[in-house]
Amino acid sequence: MLRDEDRIFKNIYGLGGADLTAAKARGDWDGTGELIKKGRDWVIDEVKASGLRGRGGAGFPTGLKWSFMPKENDGRPHYLVINADESEPGTCKDRDILRHEPHKLLEGCLLAGFAMGAHVCYIYVRGEFIREREALQRAVDEAYAAGLLGKDAAGSGWDYDIYVHHGAGAYICGEETALIESLEGKKGQPRLKPPFPANMGLYGCPTTVNNVESIAVAPTICRRSGAWFAGLGRDGNTGTKLFCISGHVNHPCNVEEEMGIALKELIEKHAGGVRGGWDNLLAVIPGGSSVPLLPKEICDTVLMDFDSLKEVQSGLGTAAVIVMDKSTDIIKAIARISHFYKHESCGQCTPCREGTGWMWRVLERMAAGQAQVKEIDMLLQVTKQIEGHTICALGDAAAWPVQGLIRHFRPLIEARLTQGPGHQEAAE
Amino acid sequence: MSVRRLHADQPDSFAFSDENASWASGQIAKFPEGRQASAIIALLWQAQKQEGWLSEPAIRTIADMLDMPHIRAMEVATFYTMFNLSPVGEHFVQLCGTTPCWLRGADDLKSVCRNVIGEPGDITEDGKLSWLEVECLGACVNAPMVQINDDFYEDLTAASLEQLLQDLRDGKTVATGPQNSRHGSEPEGGLTVLKGEQ
Repeated sequence: MLRDEDRIFKNIYGLGGADLTAAKARGDWDGTGELIKKGRDWVIDEVKASGLRGRGGAGFPTGLKWSFMPKENDGRPHYLVINADESEPGTCKDRDILRHEPHKLLEGCLLAGFAMGAHVCYIYVRGEFIREREALQRAVDEAYAAGLLGKDAAGSGWDYDIYVHHGAGAYICGEETALIESLEGKKGQPRLKPPFPANMGLYGCPTTVNNVESIAVAPTICRRSGAWFAGLGRDGNTGTKLFCISGHVNHPCNVEEEMGIALKELIEKHAGGVRGGWDNLLAVIPGGSSVPLLPKEICDTVLMDFDSLKEVQSGLGTAAVIVMDKSTDIIKAIARISHFYKHESCGQCTPCREGTGWMWRVLERMAAGQAQVKEIDMLLQVTKQIEGHTICALGDAAAWPVQGLIRHFRPLIEARLTQGPGHQEAAE
Repeated sequence: MSVRRLHADQPDSFAFSDENASWASGQIAKFPEGRQASAIIALLWQAQKQEGWLSEPAIRTIADMLDMPHIRAMEVATFYTMFNLSPVGEHFVQLCGTTPCWLRGADDLKSVCRNVIGEPGDITEDGKLSWLEVECLGACVNAPMVQINDDFYEDLTAASLEQLLQDLRDGKTVATGPQNSRHGSEPEGGLTVLKGEQ
């Protein structure tokens, strides 16, 4: 188990203060100006050496992403945009950073912004997080008052402004180009790439969009060294990670753990175990609603990191672990996820706009036992026609949970359709 | 996608209060010259806070303030689901029904809302309460939960939600956040990490 001294978020539960004095006592804003004076390349190299992969779901190497920003300023301003539009079902880690560890995020914004030549940063908080936004704004005001932001931020010689902005209830704005559109005052509909935001992002200027957690761990990485972070977890899957454990466990919670911790250990050590014991486990969605579920036999041994979960045809995603015990109607659980994607599709691409609703309706019928067995293959085929055929990954995210259900629970669906209460009506 | 339309009954006009108007200028100032459209979500949201819901005159007024074509503002207002395009109760309950909350009893909470308030979108006769089922609100380890106006109410049971709705109706002060012994997202019944920190 991760030692407490290696945990980055020491106030994740909000049991200590979130104000600047308390944050400084925990080590935030310690010598930030000196870190910046080591130079842009030093910051990027340290983050690259840490092996940090983006914490928003896709797992792209963060240092590499920063290095895509133009080295020279061609007259257009550079922007750092923080994606605090946390809305992946199962995920509630950024919320805790915003309300309990906001100074880690702000310090990270300064370091990351400096590393990519940006003087302005926008933090886009999901609309529903009203109290969290207020907490973040308080921290921003404190940081300005203490000279940590603004002109010559933290004595670094670098001018830096942070603005808190917000959305209004659209999951799709967590997609980086949709977020940029939204920030420009438009509907949050994703853009085609290329051009990539690092060349043409906010207002047509070089922009990097990063997840809250990715940025909030950067100051600790710079202070304790990339090598320290890389020493945790395993190669390609380094560091610590905030896990959100929800669903049928005895004590749902958020916890910071080492990457690569066994799923079973994570659930039993921190969440009080599965309701009714480990043998009562049916399935786990290991990385937020977008990733395919895993049946118990895989959960017995799987490790929680990007590559281990990829090997079992799932993913780490946002590390939101949704646990379902044997009392769960798994078809209904996935149907509810399909309803989510139907509701959140932006409507731009036909396969997603039409397909998400189609999948939801079929799954609802299957849950009620009112479908034909041949429709299972038809459903699978439709998921394949959505996957990879849309501008953004929402189409994939809608297709994967359904594919996971069919992959691991086809016999159960078949049984429901041939023996269930509704099958008579379907046959008529 | 959800189909969202403007309310049939619209007021004649809209104007920000003086306080909100100066607040709006502060929001517009966050963005570079010529990019004032970026402030639209913030302004629409403030208009909704002022009036309780978002009317067509409010959308038009804000579009004019930001030098935007009305249709662009209308697109934004209808795209984002937190904009209430018709009136809601004084205490507007948004009930999370997505899988993590559903697994922990969101359906029971829905029954409470149906019994106490009525169908989704209905406003109680005293104007105090209305409710809708919404998608994941991002407090999944404190499921099931609802948002009422600006606050989250977490770790609910049917009984505690019923009590909460009654208290709000009676004008009592209520505790926000988890409705059990928890403070935040820590496990109930004792920390497993960071025991020496506090």
